[in-house]
Formats: sequence, structure tokens, C-alpha cells
Amino acid sequence: MNRINQKLQENKKLLSIYFTAGFPKINDTVSIIENLEKSGVDFIEIGLPFSDPLADGPTIQVSSTQALDNGMTSEVLFNQLKDIRKMVKIPLIIMGYFNPMMQYGIENFCNKCAEIGIDGLIIPDLPVDVYNDHYKSIFEKYGLINVFLITPQTSDERIQFIDKISEGFIYMVSSASVTGSQNAFGKSQDDYFKRIADLNLKSPQIIGFGISNAETFKQATKYAKGAIIGSAFVKYLDENGTANIHKFVSRIRD
Amino acid sequence: MSYFVDKKGYYGEFGGAFIPEMLYPNVKELEDNYLKIMQEPSFQKEFQELLKEYVGRPTPLYFAKRLSEKYKTKIYLKREDLCHTGAHKINNTIGQILVAKKLGKTRVIAETGAGQHGVATATVCALMGIECVVYMGEIDIARQAPNVARMKMLGAKVVPALSGSRTLKDATNEAIRDWINNPINTHYIIGSVVGPHPYPDMVARFQSVISEEIKKQLLEKEQTENPDYVIACVGGGSNAAGAFYHYLDEEKVNLIAVEAAGLGIHSGESAATSILGKEGVIHGSKTLLMQSEDGQITEPYSISAGLDYPGIGPLHAHLYRSKRAEFISITDAEAMTAGLELCELEGIIPAIESAHALAVFNMKKFKESDVVVLNLSGRGDKDLDTYVKYFKL
Ligand SMILES: Cc1ncc(COP(=O)(O)O)c(C=O)c1O
Repeated sequence: MNRINQKLQENKKLLSIYFTAGFPKINDTVSIIENLEKSGVDFIEIGLPFSDPLADGPTIQVSSTQALDNGMTSEVLFNQLKDIRKMVKIPLIIMGYFNPMMQYGIENFCNKCAEIGIDGLIIPDLPVDVYNDHYKSIFEKYGLINVFLITPQTSDERIQFIDKISEGFIYMVSSASVTGSQNAFGKSQDDYFKRIADLNLKSPQIIGFGISNAETFKQATKYAKGAIIGSAFVKYLDENGTANIHKFVSRIRD
Repeated sequence: MSYFVDKKGYYGEFGGAFIPEMLYPNVKELEDNYLKIMQEPSFQKEFQELLKEYVGRPTPLYFAKRLSEKYKTKIYLKREDLCHTGAHKINNTIGQILVAKKLGKTRVIAETGAGQHGVATATVCALMGIECVVYMGEIDIARQAPNVARMKMLGAKVVPALSGSRTLKDATNEAIRDWINNPINTHYIIGSVVGPHPYPDMVARFQSVISEEIKKQLLEKEQTENPDYVIACVGGGSNAAGAFYHYLDEEKVNLIAVEAAGLGIHSGESAATSILGKEGVIHGSKTLLMQSEDGQITEPYSISAGLDYPGIGPLHAHLYRSKRAEFISITDAEAMTAGLELCELEGIIPAIESAHALAVFNMKKFKESDVVVLNLSGRGDKDLDTYVKYFKL
């Protein structure tokens, strides 16, 4: 069984952390991953930086630009991760935009991920139907889970469809926004979280975008299986470097 | 071979809608409705009336006598520079603002490079009393100052795009992010035949009035609807799409698309996408784009802000791949010289974008009997500063 599915069976609320590979420093990748696991994080999204991250707010944009200036590429990332499974057991997901993967070659990219022990991919700008028509068989061949997004605007019918074709979890975008633009959740989000919970989907939901602290983590996981923190962690790394990652994580889980 | 969009939103292998799920409802709403709306008689009536009474269409197809004498061929200029606001861009914004109204949208956003599309959007928003926000790269704000002032006078809010190369590509990113953040009340008026399906098709249809008129006008002047050549510059490709549209299936009409070579195709400072680009995804569309080996989008360069874009619309990628159109690239210097020449020979100051198309006459020999239609996409008022500095006038 894929490590993601195993993790989803654990009887607890899951915390996932996103970081941009190559930020703050080009060689921070492995130590960030190790420290996150040691701090009790349940799974990790490794951000492959892109020059034009359409779905991201300023924090992740700036970290991506910095990472690219530092020299991060798909090839560099794969090299950094080549021995990662000797050190880290939790699920690892690569999150990135479609164009760099397309240039690497989708099959090559998936093959590399499988070799390293990456468990899944999140590609915000690869639409569900294009994935189904062209890439699904490649992902399956390499045992990779492709994670799909839903938003407050996604129709119930489409959510049911996405649920049906999802093999891991559904990535629930908390609100109509790019990453990082929320400080607290209001009633409309709570209603949305509950509405989705009431659909009784087969796939567990993990909520992302706008989770930044213990409070928003708690609100998000009231109904959902877990939550993902991105911009807030990237900001923390920017301000504090990689030395005290456990402090950031322990604050989220009280 | 078909040069028109297929049911799934593709031109050959190019196009589609590579958008994050956050944009799916907006784009789907547009896809489901744009053709229906455009076919409604009430829409057509208002659209045609505005093109005539407000934009000033039909624009003349002017026989450029002295230019023709110099290059020993028959040159007609399609005078899009005489449109209200000074460029073809308004054909599209008139169409899209009417679509936005039919969809019940109360807020409009746009990206702009040269500022022509921004001005054209601000103009139609003022006309309709709709809130307007225009994203513009910080660099372009500096080099197209008169257009920034015009947008402000027209009541639009101009927001500088501070990320990346701070030009058109980044302004487009910011507009898309705004749309993600405002999915319900906002319509995004894209300014060229780029972006996710149905934008390339919708914008091409609105611009197709250009070739529709050329056909009628040429029939009157030359007793045939079809010229031997149609020439147009390509930034994203909307004026070219409009000038080519009704000729796409007339294989005897040669189509010439002109891109900006900047300081030279291989100088590292260029926007010659078809030559330098590879297949990829930019702003929701699979097309040719300039990028690094690792798939990072390259920052383009051209003296002309309207051609300073690292991609081309999927229709043009298809025209390039299928060889239906010939692609020629023109450097800053060649364009500037051709721009000044049009001033001196015909008394017309062209936009620097359009001057790229004019420079083709120095690159390519035409027969004396050839009828060549050049789409003069815009006027040069916005570029005076650049002309003055370049020629030390
Ligand atoms: C006068 C003029 N011509 C051409 C262009 C390029 O755009 P497109 O290729 O979409 O016609 C612009 C863009 O701003 C413009 O202002």
C-alpha cells in the first residue's frame, strides 16, 4: 500500500507541511525534511519552484524566485533526494506546476519519483480531465498518487467525480484565494467544511491554503482528516532559518 | 487541416485549459456561454452598433501609394490605428464587456503590456459604468506613462505587478490571481488570443471583424476578396488572429506573422517565441513559449511593450507548426527605422508593435503585382517618448 494511504488510516488528525525546495538555501532540502519528520509532522509537500506560480500568493512566490536564483531545478532536487528513504519514513509529495515536469518528461519525472520513494504529486495546473486522458496510466505504472483540489466554488457533482477518481486524499482549498492570504476562518469557511464533510466522500479531505497557526489548524480539522501549512512555514524559515523547525511544529499542535 | 478551435479547445496539439481548480467554475461558465451569448441578436445588435458608432468602424483600408512605390508592390494598410483609443484592442474589449454584462459580472480585471489593452478595457468599463482594475508590470508602467495616465483618467485602478520580470507575463499572473481571489463577481478581460480555452477563440472571433472588413474593402478596390499576403505583428497574436481569421482556409492567401527579435534572435534579449520557444504551458494554455531547459519561463525582451511576451497564442503555435503562416522576426532597430519611414512617406506615426510588421518590406521581396495587406494595429502616440529617445529627436 502507498505510504499516503497507510498514513490516512491512522486514527488522528494529520498535519502536513509545505516548503519550497531550495529556500532559504539551496542545500536545505534534506535537513528540512528530516527535521519535519522528527518534529512529528505526518507528511510533507516538497515544493518544486516555478517561475510563474499562478495559484500562489506573495510568500511562496518570493520563496520560489529565491529558490530558482539559488539554482534549484528538477534535476538538482532529485539528486538531493536520492537517499531520502534511508532517513525518512513519512509520505513525501512533490507539489509543482506542470511546465517544469513537462520539460523533464512526465514519464521520466514519474520514474525518478518512484526511484526515490516519492509517494504522490500535486500539480495545481494539470486539470483533472487532461490527467485522466493522458497521464493517469503513467502515474499508476509508477505507483504515484495524483492529488486533486476542490474549492468552495466546486459543484457537488464535480466533487463526487473528483472523489471517485481520487486514490489518496482530496486537497480542499479553504477559500477562494491563492495561497497564504488568510489569518482566521469565518463562518463561511466553517459552513463549507461542514458541507463537504456531509457529502460522506470515500476520500479523506485535507484542508490547505490559509492554515497558519494552532487555531486555524483546529478549525480546519474539526471536520477534515488533516490540514496543510505552507506560507506560514515558509515565512518562518525565512525569519528563523532551519534551526528550530520543531518549535514551529509544536506550536501548531499545542 | 483545420485552423479553428476544436470541441476540446485545441488548435491541433495546442491550446486547452491548463488551469488550477480554483479557476474551473469561472472558465467553465465562460466556455458554456460565450458562443450562445455572441449569437444572441440583442448582443450582435449592440456589438455592431458600438463598433460603428463608438469605435469608428469600419476602419479604412488605405492604399499606401508612396510606400508601395518604394517597395515596388501594392501595399494596403488596414487602419486599426484609427480605432477609438488607438489600436485594435478595443474590438475585443467591446465584445467582452458585453459578455461580462450578460454574465451578470460587476467587476472587470485586465492585464496590459503596452497599456493599449488596459486603456481599451478602462474605456469600455467607463462606458458601461463597471469597476475596472488593470494589472501592469512595473517596468511597463514606466515606459508607457501616457497610457497609465489615460487609464487613471478613465477611472480604472492601475495595480503594478512587482513579481518576476515586471512586464506583461507578470501582469497576467497577477490578473489570474485576482480572478482566483474574486471568482464570483469578476470577469477577466484577457487582451490577446492567449490564456485558457475559450479565450483564444473568443478573442479571435471579436477581432475577426478586421479580416471581415478587409474582404469587403478589397473586393471594392481590387475586385477580389483575397490579397496575396496579409502581414501582422504578433505579441500574443490578437491583431494577427483578426487579420488572418477569414483567410485561414484560403490557402492561396499567404499569412506572415511578425515577432519581435529584440536585440537579435540569439542575443539573449528577444521575444521571438516561435524560433526560441518550445512546447509548454503558460497562462493556462499549451503553446510555444520561451523557457529554460528546466521549464522556467524566460523573461523576454523587446523595445515594444506590446510584443514583450514569452508565449504566443495556441492558434499561432498551430499556424507555425503546420506552416500555414510564415514567421519572421524583426529587431528593435529594424522596427524603429520602419516606423520612422512610415511617418515620412505616409504621414502616419505607427505603434512600435505595428512598425515590426512594416519592417518586413526590408526583409522580403514582393512582386509588383502582389497585393499586400498590412494590419496597422495601432498608432504611435503612446510611443513618442521611445521614438524621441531612440532617434534623439
Ligand atoms: C498597437 C499594438 N499592436 C499589437 C499588439 C500586440 O498584441 P497582439 O499580438 O495581441 O495583437 C499590441 C499590444 O499591446 C498593441 O498595442
